[in-house]
Amino acid sequence: MFRPSGTWAADTPEQMQIGIPNEIYEGECRVATTPEVAEHLQKLGFTVAIESGAGEAASFPDAVYRAAGVQVLEDAGELWSSSDIIFKVRAPQGGEIGCLNEGKILVSFIWPAQNEELMKELAATGGTVMAMDSVPRISRAQKLDALSSMANIAGYRAVVEAAQHFGRFFTGQITAAGKVPPAKVLVIGAGVAGLAAIGAARSMGAIVRAFDTRPEVKEQVESMAAEFLMLEFEDDEDGAGEGGYAKVMSEAFIKAEMDLFREQAREVDIIITTALIPGKPAPKLILADMVELMKEGSVIVDLATEQGGNCELSETGKVVVKHGVTLVGYTDLPSRLAAQSSQLYGTNLRHLLTDLSPEKDGTVNVNMEDEVIRGTTVIKDGEITWPPPAPKLSAAPAPKSQPEQTPTVSQETAEPKRSILGFLVPLLLAGGALAGVGSFAPSSFMEHFTVFVLACFVGYMVIWNVSPALHTPLMSVTNAISSIIIIGAIVQFQKADVAPAIVWLAAVAILITAVNIVGGFAVTQRMLEMFRKG
Amino acid sequence: MTEQLANAAYLGSIILFILALGGLSNQETARRGNFYGMLGMAIALVAAIAGITGNHAILVGTLVVGGAVGFVLARRVQMTQMPELVAMLHSLVGLAAVLVGYATYLDPDGHHYEGAEGTIHYIEIYVGILIGAVTFSGSVIAFLKLSARIGGKPLTLPARHWLNLGLLIVTVVLGIFFVEQSAGGGGLSPLLIMTVIALIFGIHMVMAIGGADMPVVVSMLNSYSGWAAAATGFMLKNDLLIVVGALVGSSGAILSYIMCRAMNRKFLSVIAGGFGSSGGGPAKSGDGEQGEAVAVSAEETAELMGEAKEIMIIPGYGMAVAQAQHTVNEMTKALRGKGVNVRFGIHPVAGRMPGHMNVLLAEAKVPYDIVFEMDEINDDFPDIDVSVVIGANDIVNPSALDEPDSPIAGMPVLECWKGKTTIVLKRSMATGYAGVENPLFFKENTRMLFGDARESLESVLKALDS
Repeated sequence: MFRPSGTWAADTPEQMQIGIPNEIYEGECRVATTPEVAEHLQKLGFTVAIESGAGEAASFPDAVYRAAGVQVLEDAGELWSSSDIIFKVRAPQGGEIGCLNEGKILVSFIWPAQNEELMKELAATGGTVMAMDSVPRISRAQKLDALSSMANIAGYRAVVEAAQHFGRFFTGQITAAGKVPPAKVLVIGAGVAGLAAIGAARSMGAIVRAFDTRPEVKEQVESMAAEFLMLEFEDDEDGAGEGGYAKVMSEAFIKAEMDLFREQAREVDIIITTALIPGKPAPKLILADMVELMKEGSVIVDLATEQGGNCELSETGKVVVKHGVTLVGYTDLPSRLAAQSSQLYGTNLRHLLTDLSPEKDGTVNVNMEDEVIRGTTVIKDGEITWPPPAPKLSAAPAPKSQPEQTPTVSQETAEPKRSILGFLVPLLLAGGALAGVGSFAPSSFMEHFTVFVLACFVGYMVIWNVSPALHTPLMSVTNAISSIIIIGAIVQFQKADVAPAIVWLAAVAILITAVNIVGGFAVTQRMLEMFRKG
Repeated sequence: MTEQLANAAYLGSIILFILALGGLSNQETARRGNFYGMLGMAIALVAAIAGITGNHAILVGTLVVGGAVGFVLARRVQMTQMPELVAMLHSLVGLAAVLVGYATYLDPDGHHYEGAEGTIHYIEIYVGILIGAVTFSGSVIAFLKLSARIGGKPLTLPARHWLNLGLLIVTVVLGIFFVEQSAGGGGLSPLLIMTVIALIFGIHMVMAIGGADMPVVVSMLNSYSGWAAAATGFMLKNDLLIVVGALVGSSGAILSYIMCRAMNRKFLSVIAGGFGSSGGGPAKSGDGEQGEAVAVSAEETAELMGEAKEIMIIPGYGMAVAQAQHTVNEMTKALRGKGVNVRFGIHPVAGRMPGHMNVLLAEAKVPYDIVFEMDEINDDFPDIDVSVVIGANDIVNPSALDEPDSPIAGMPVLECWKGKTTIVLKRSMATGYAGVENPLFFKENTRMLFGDARESLESVLKALDS
């Protein structure tokens, strides 16, 4: 159980309050919790408070929060001091940092690697900080992976931005006024954002090509009906790094890559770049000469401008036109789809809180044994706990040096090569058995035996043709006709002066086989009548 | 009626029976096939009845009463109870074979055979009664198991294989006594003792087989009932019985083989029994990390389905238990109305008998041309947006393919996890009949919809309509 050493309630666990302040970062439209998420948070036993107007920019007015049972506070200072847990989108800045203190938990994006100074300041307050950008990339943590949620939105929005600046249709059409060719879109980097962009561009009707250094995403790209561009490259280099991200590639690889992009730049109308390498500046993939090669009116959307950009000419946070090509360098794409982003981010936070509060009693337990919570917590009670130990399991497949796939059990073990002997032995045995029967049995038996064996073969041939869907009717009809045994019972009556015992045995046999005959055929008929074509 | 004419009639019914089975090769000709079957049976009956001289009252009385009972049974039975009905009907064939065997043995005219002919005749009687008795008691136990009157858990007596072997040896020895004594007019007591042993053997055999192997058992008993009829045919020197028995026997044998192949099990090891309790020890998961099953609500399921273009529905025994097939059909109609391509993927051993799922879907009026066999659609899963698994477990278990230690390793399964999303309808996280953990439930693209299959689907349907 989490025991705050601060001033409030030391012994009895009380309901904690979650506070959502206004985002003070300029232009930020998102809010950390939507009214819908707030309702779920209350079900976990927490009380929720929000600064007045915090959801305004994401189209969630105060009244909707109030209706969801959220307390709306006018003053930011009051909100920070009365709340035990603070949910934010952007990392705290300015005065916000000072509002954190011992016993409080702050949850937001932090980017600890890029913000060493901020980390020190936050640690000095003695509080606990959980960074939504540091959620470990393991399957179990997917539901609280805010980076993926935001990347998904960014990818979609990138296509919308491109469409806005692109002067033509995405989809090809043949109209009375003439033929319109479809737009060609190149997506570089097929991570979450790239795949979202592929999906959006495809559904708008464009021809989409995608490139990624990790060959294993080829299948995902193709599953979204886009073309995966392969590199003509000798060395079999795999770009998959730890945690499902790409890594820095060799020089020869980069040269081949550049040739490919140069060739594509001539052809495509829109390029969307999403290439990032963790902890490193974004790779420069679209050089100035490639922009010049592009057609007049083309659009490049660079999703990596915050990390320096994938395109040499794009500018952080701006839309510029160079060589007739519109370069979109917005860094706030998720914020431009604020209602959607807030909803997904809020849900990610809710899942985090569900993990933090296993008892659902409105208190949290920052359990550092839990891999997900351990990875997300970057400052624990004033102590910097970032970076966490490496995650045990990578979302990416095993590296190439290991066998390609987990050993699969083949459905049939390889057919053993049958020698001539293996072929002859059953034949000889069968022949021997037949000879044995033939030399011992009388001719009357042989006649019946011949019929029997031939009938087995006829049955074998006929039954293999039966449709598997009709196996149940097959069983009921064979059941009905196997009651032909009734003939055996009836012929008992044939002889004159039959013993009464035999009559009764035969009568019972006739009775039950009659049940079988009528029942079997009738139920088969009933079943067969049900089978109908659509 | 002369004997020649009767034989000609029998030949006609043989041909009609073969045509009946041949007709089942597809749905269009199946009904005609069944009609041929009925016609064949009628001709055979008329030919046999025309030959008798007395006891007409008993004959007609038993035929009418038995027929009426059978007709009522066939009308009343629920499609979900088909396996029970079939097992019960098998037991009747077995019992009839025993009765006819005894009647033949007791018939004083039957003892005029000499030498080798006599020996063969008595062996035929002995074998006919043996197969009939095993079929009878085995089918009764199968019926009780399928109708849940007794538990589905395999009964594994200590040293059960030795017990079976002992019974077999005793049976053979008794058979030798029987043949020797019969030549002198005796032999009834070895015959009776053998009958009791055969009954015990049938009970023990089916008791030892686990619930998951029931499709094999039902088709195996189907086969036995055929062999019982063939043995009776030998005993009565009647080619009609021999041919029909051989047809039915080989039909059941092929079905058993298909079922065994669908589970990657050896026929002998199914018969030896005990699967599901001793098979392979406790199942373990592949990665050590089992992961977490993600639950989903009926509304979210409806949304996922509404947005999909390709849906594959994979029914299992759970659908039959919940009687959900009609709701499945309503849902299918609603989705197809929205332009979604809905198909069904049927695993050969889904349900409790071969073809069980097809019958249930047909009952609910699901058109059969959207119902496919596993082999037809298993390669299509990468293009499927949503797979809906309704009350199935082992037949969609990926560890059959990628975990060589798994008790179900090597069993072909429906590879639904290759699709975009899989929704599993299940009452709880319990394991299937094989008692194996299912890693499918913990896959990233799997969502669990907990609850009774029919209630869950009704909520989904409601959400789809709104």
